[in-house]
Amino acid sequence: MAHDHPTGLKRWLFTTNHKDIGTMYLVFAFTMALIGGSMSLVIRAELFQPGLQIVEPHFFNQMTTVHALVMIFGFIMPAFVGLANWQIPMMIGAPDMALPRMNNWSFWILPFAGTLLMLSLFMPGGGPAGGWTIYPPLSVQGGIGMDFTILTIHLLGISSILGSINIISTILNMRAPGMTLMKMPMFVWSWLITAFLLIASIPVLAGAVTMLLTDRHFGTHFFNAAGGGDPVLFQHVFWFFGHPEVYILVLPAFGVFSQIIPTFARKPLFGYASMVFATATIAFLSFIVWAHHMYTVGMPMAGELFFMYSTMLIAVPTGVKVFNWLSTMWRGSMTFETPMLWAIGGVFTFTIGGLSGLMLSITPADFQYHDTYFVVAHFHYVIIGGSAFALFGAIFYWLPKWTGHMYNEGLGKLHFWLTMIGFNLTFFPQHFLGLAGMPRRIPDYSLQFSGFNEWSTIGAFLTIGAQFIFFYVAFKTIKGGEKATKEVWEGAEGLEWTVASPAPYHTFETAPNVK
Amino acid sequence: MSISRFRLATGVIPRLVVGTSLLLVSGIAAADYALNFQQPVSSIGREVFDLHNLITIICFVIMALVAGVMLWSIAFHRKSSGRKPATFHDNTKLEVLWTVVPFIILVGMAIPSTSALLHMDDTSNSDMTLKITGYQWKWEYEYPAEGIKFMSTLATPRDQINNVADKGEHYLLEVDNNVVLPVGKKIRLLVTANDVLHAWWVPALATKKDAIPGFINELWVKIDEPGIYRGQCAELCGKDHGFMPIVVEAVSDSDFKKWANRQKGQMVAAAAAAGKSWSKADLLKQGEKVYNQNCAACHGATGAGIPGVFPAMAGSKVANGPVNGHLDIVLHGKAGTAMAAFGKQLSDVDIAAVVTYERNSFGNKTGDVIQPSQAKSLR
Repeated sequence: MAHDHPTGLKRWLFTTNHKDIGTMYLVFAFTMALIGGSMSLVIRAELFQPGLQIVEPHFFNQMTTVHALVMIFGFIMPAFVGLANWQIPMMIGAPDMALPRMNNWSFWILPFAGTLLMLSLFMPGGGPAGGWTIYPPLSVQGGIGMDFTILTIHLLGISSILGSINIISTILNMRAPGMTLMKMPMFVWSWLITAFLLIASIPVLAGAVTMLLTDRHFGTHFFNAAGGGDPVLFQHVFWFFGHPEVYILVLPAFGVFSQIIPTFARKPLFGYASMVFATATIAFLSFIVWAHHMYTVGMPMAGELFFMYSTMLIAVPTGVKVFNWLSTMWRGSMTFETPMLWAIGGVFTFTIGGLSGLMLSITPADFQYHDTYFVVAHFHYVIIGGSAFALFGAIFYWLPKWTGHMYNEGLGKLHFWLTMIGFNLTFFPQHFLGLAGMPRRIPDYSLQFSGFNEWSTIGAFLTIGAQFIFFYVAFKTIKGGEKATKEVWEGAEGLEWTVASPAPYHTFETAPNVK
Repeated sequence: MSISRFRLATGVIPRLVVGTSLLLVSGIAAADYALNFQQPVSSIGREVFDLHNLITIICFVIMALVAGVMLWSIAFHRKSSGRKPATFHDNTKLEVLWTVVPFIILVGMAIPSTSALLHMDDTSNSDMTLKITGYQWKWEYEYPAEGIKFMSTLATPRDQINNVADKGEHYLLEVDNNVVLPVGKKIRLLVTANDVLHAWWVPALATKKDAIPGFINELWVKIDEPGIYRGQCAELCGKDHGFMPIVVEAVSDSDFKKWANRQKGQMVAAAAAAGKSWSKADLLKQGEKVYNQNCAACHGATGAGIPGVFPAMAGSKVANGPVNGHLDIVLHGKAGTAMAAFGKQLSDVDIAAVVTYERNSFGNKTGDVIQPSQAKSLR
């Protein structure tokens, strides 16, 4: 029955257990979140007032670049893979992931990739400073830190592809008898679709950065106009990856909202089938809208119109999802524990980000919004307001199942409210800054922008400060606390709530039957 | 009195809190909190502004409806008020409705957007052309028909940026040479770049286009009224991306003609200066000016550079090596680095002057005096 498990360091190095690996993903992700968060504080501190006070422009550019790379590739993506590792086997009634050894490997690539990226900051010439989009020709100019970044992207890409293969094979092969595809929990559905997005888009990014590497060192001219190349080609290839990437960050969050809201509304998810189709439609559309990130490069009229119309279309399936969540809440019997606060707050802030996204899709208006703080506000509303809020919700929702202990509800709610206030104080005024004409990625600004920048900086310090409450609550819950029941939540439905809390090391050694 | 008591009475943390809130209060008093676009002053600008306001209002209404339903649910559909949950989970009519209605709203938004886009794209029948070239980190303006060409760089003193001096009214939005344009004329703008990507953006004119090396992008503008309109580079272009502003000075057509004639006179005088032989003192004086405008951003005002990123000028192998090698790198740049080919940007006089300056400053003592003719021969 019970196997011998190595203990101590060996347990974590050699583990093939989905729960251990899920835990490691989450610990890694939140460590990176702390690092990326500190970088955002450097940025916000410099922008507190006009003039250069704290850092040099070159270092400022490294901070904006590495902050973005760390938060996207180091925090949000691994954190959702961690959730997938913990939850997918439990939610589909499987004993573990389909490819446990590969699971170990896809995690253990990450710390090395993260270290490589951090090391770039200490190289001569510093880390990457051309923005996370690493557009050439600027990215051809950088020092060896840029090469470190390219290799980091390769490593992270390999890890993501391996993780995705594992998730797809687990979901397609290891579902309990009776669990047809259309009976799967929405979180599992979202991850199945996300995994396909990853497999289709990451190799494209790998191609783009490899071309960049050979342009930098091996005399090719893919992106050099003087050598017959095309700088705009990089942008097309990058965003062919980049736009699906946006949904890679947010689809699992949609899955989380679709788990939490029915539980606390004590009412089944509204429009399950339309949720599945909406998610698949968003995934499909994500591959034909990429050039809306680059309306100002001077595309032919037909291109500008095509990308404007296709981008606007995304509002339809996204709207369907939001309306479905609202209808799930409608005439339910709601309570507002911490996970529900995050889910409702997340739907609210994500909708703001979605609507500013709709505004950005309108090409002539985008000419004004493009590369301003309006864009910065927009993507923080979707990535923090959507993805990160869902992550916090998911952790409070499932933490009792993972640890067997209830968390401190009062502190959980305090963390939510402080983050919610701090987040909106940071990013809502940035909409106005962008509309008034403040470009993004500048270390200093003219006096007209000073007011809202002060608000934004104060909000950022409040937001990051509030996260220490989260770390404290999570740590205390892992260590001990009130015992959690099997069901944990009164309205919870799904296989993970049929096993003990904490869930046994191997969850379903005999498959449960799903009616 | 009250201030000294305040200082005595407070610890570090309360002092920080009070300090921050005082800053905030003074900030609110001083700063203006613009909420929307700058007042547009071009036909396209007005069209885009109207479109933006329309889509903003639509989005606000949608957000208000979503938030309204959400708040209603939160207020009334809660367990604490003793509600039993409903059990419905599908409603085909409703689902079709909220797929079709948003689609119709989108079509309503797409129509004015398409018409604005077509309008912006039509650069035909222009009255004049301005060619704009982005450099790290300045703009070059060329009027092909008028035969005028000049560089435009940030005029804000370093001391203001480093918080040594008080910041002026147009902090970071002022340049040495404004780009002067006539009002009421349809002006075709050709935008390109010499090194990396830039973007030429003046919010009040609604002109944002990427400047891409090897490509020429087109757009047009017709300015309504005379005035000064300020903008910035909008595409990250390296270290001093935040320090390459744009200042458009819109004047009447007759004033524009007068200005153009003056500029041509200056260019003739500059060309004549290249023919004569220059003294070392004059070259050093001119060289220092050119250095501070073009080189100091990377190589540093004291020639120290930034280790690992930008080489130092002091003790440099190039500045202390053969003269022709030095001239060559200044004229033609160095491939694969941020070192630009200044031959395209600077006159022979300026090249000769700055090379003379670099070889005799920052502790470099070659004693070389380079004449403009020498720079010319290496072009």
